[in-house]
Amino acid sequence: MNLYELTIHEAHNLLKSREISSQELTKSVLDRVESVEPRVGSYITVAGETAMTQAELADKAIAKGNITHLTGIPLAIKDLICTKDLRTTCASKILENFVPPYDAFVIKKLKKAGAVIVGKVNMDEFAMGSSTEHSGIKLTNNPWDLSYIPGGSSGGSAAAVAADMCLGSLGSDTGGSIRQPASYCGVVGMKPTYGRVSRFGLVAFASSLDQIGPLTKNVTDCAVLMNAISGYDAGDSTSVPMDVPDYTTFLEKGLKGVKIGIPREYNALSGLDAEVSEAVKNAVKTIEGIGAECVEVSLPHSEYAVAAYYVIAPSEASSNLARYDGVKYGLRDKNKNDLIEMYKSTRSMGFGSEVKRRIIIGTYCLSAGYYDAYYRKASQVRTLITEDFKKAFKSCDVLLSPVAPTPAFKTGERTEDPLKMYLSDIFTLSANLAGIPGMSVPCGFSSQGLPIGLQIIGKHFNEEKMIKVAYNFEQATDFHNKKPVL
Amino acid sequence: MRITKEEIVHVANLARLDLDEESIGKFAGQIDNILEYVDMLNRVDTEGVAPTSHAIFLTNAFREDKVKEHLDRNKALANAPEKEDGNFVVPKIIC
Repeated sequence: MNLYELTIHEAHNLLKSREISSQELTKSVLDRVESVEPRVGSYITVAGETAMTQAELADKAIAKGNITHLTGIPLAIKDLICTKDLRTTCASKILENFVPPYDAFVIKKLKKAGAVIVGKVNMDEFAMGSSTEHSGIKLTNNPWDLSYIPGGSSGGSAAAVAADMCLGSLGSDTGGSIRQPASYCGVVGMKPTYGRVSRFGLVAFASSLDQIGPLTKNVTDCAVLMNAISGYDAGDSTSVPMDVPDYTTFLEKGLKGVKIGIPREYNALSGLDAEVSEAVKNAVKTIEGIGAECVEVSLPHSEYAVAAYYVIAPSEASSNLARYDGVKYGLRDKNKNDLIEMYKSTRSMGFGSEVKRRIIIGTYCLSAGYYDAYYRKASQVRTLITEDFKKAFKSCDVLLSPVAPTPAFKTGERTEDPLKMYLSDIFTLSANLAGIPGMSVPCGFSSQGLPIGLQIIGKHFNEEKMIKVAYNFEQATDFHNKKPVL
Repeated sequence: MRITKEEIVHVANLARLDLDEESIGKFAGQIDNILEYVDMLNRVDTEGVAPTSHAIFLTNAFREDKVKEHLDRNKALANAPEKEDGNFVVPKIIC
């Protein structure tokens, strides 16, 4: 077995028993990146030299007996999480040369735990997209079939984990951006409860929806990374001062007494692929077989989630992205002598078409005369969607559903039809609107050999229950052990 | 038509974006499609429903008004496209 194939907890055990060193492990991952990156295209920046220095420090710490679960573990970071002195582009031309002067809160935590940062990975520009095709820097391919997209917006993270180009990754999820690519690439992805993980240093897309979370090779690693990044941070005013449980203690067998809710409306939502539907039904049977009890629940406002989301998220984005004005950081058109002309020219050169499209939708929805009809209306529907979940969770602990209506689609298939692209998020957006946690675990393959994901949705601050269900499902199945051939 | 080409140009100007003729036409069609889809929200009775501005139960997050560690001026300016004497440089604003 090659070292780069290890999971986080396997590598941790070998580091702890001193059978391997972090330098050997990191070198193995860097070699793997070098050999498959030309085909997969996950990384925007590979930080080989600093990674090896961090690995050396990790080895020294381990030699002194100082080891955490992440000491010496090579991780990849989505390129919208600020890393001090390491370029952070948001996959945008407007930030192509931006070098953050500080670390995001989660990066501080990872560094303190002794993790090794291999580099920064690709995404849709400013996290706006479902395929990573809207990256302003490069294209990422799905490791299972290179002519397919890896999902998005955390497509670089999901592809890097699937292709063993890192042991785990951090992504961000505003409407499904961790769960959908995790599903398309056959890895585990978790969007935590809004407020569980600090957003300090996460470049903002839609502030009331954004959340950082892990993408990993299995559920155990997900619990390990959740332990590392969760917790209160005074630097994020929406961070919640609540105790964080040790998620690894919920990696235990048995689901007796756990109630699973199946949303009645989800089967009728448009465009659900027959193979996806079948795989999810089989997953439900497997989970029932382990001892969980299934109940049918109703989420009557499900069909309105995409519409509400595509008002709220662009509105917030149009406001957040006003800061890219060519003055404080990033690109600037130096040929313009008039301030307004400089703004316009800089922003028009720097932003890609999907970002511009969303800024225009958002500006329109917030503009005088339209605010009530769009933003206020969508925010009211958001309340109803949240209430649906609260009612459903009175009779169950977690909900099960598909992550996405279809497996990964072909590169180029949906770029000309934004609405069709948006509809691939139909099962994931609601969790962001309600602020509840959601998770994707591998639950099958299409006849073409593309991965399918099962979504587990939980109550606010109840990630441990999802981890427990996911772990039991993983133990009963074999999907997470399959690897793409590269 | 929910949104015209003229409105696209107007909104783009508000958002400080310049669009070429081709993008204006393309965006008008695509955004019109999206707004048509969004219209389904009007089927929902929201009479008396409070809008959500925040997804979890948290109200004002206060802290003490104390100066803490902050970014060094030179570091704050390090990414500026143009700077002079410790300041950001912008094109002339007042003529």
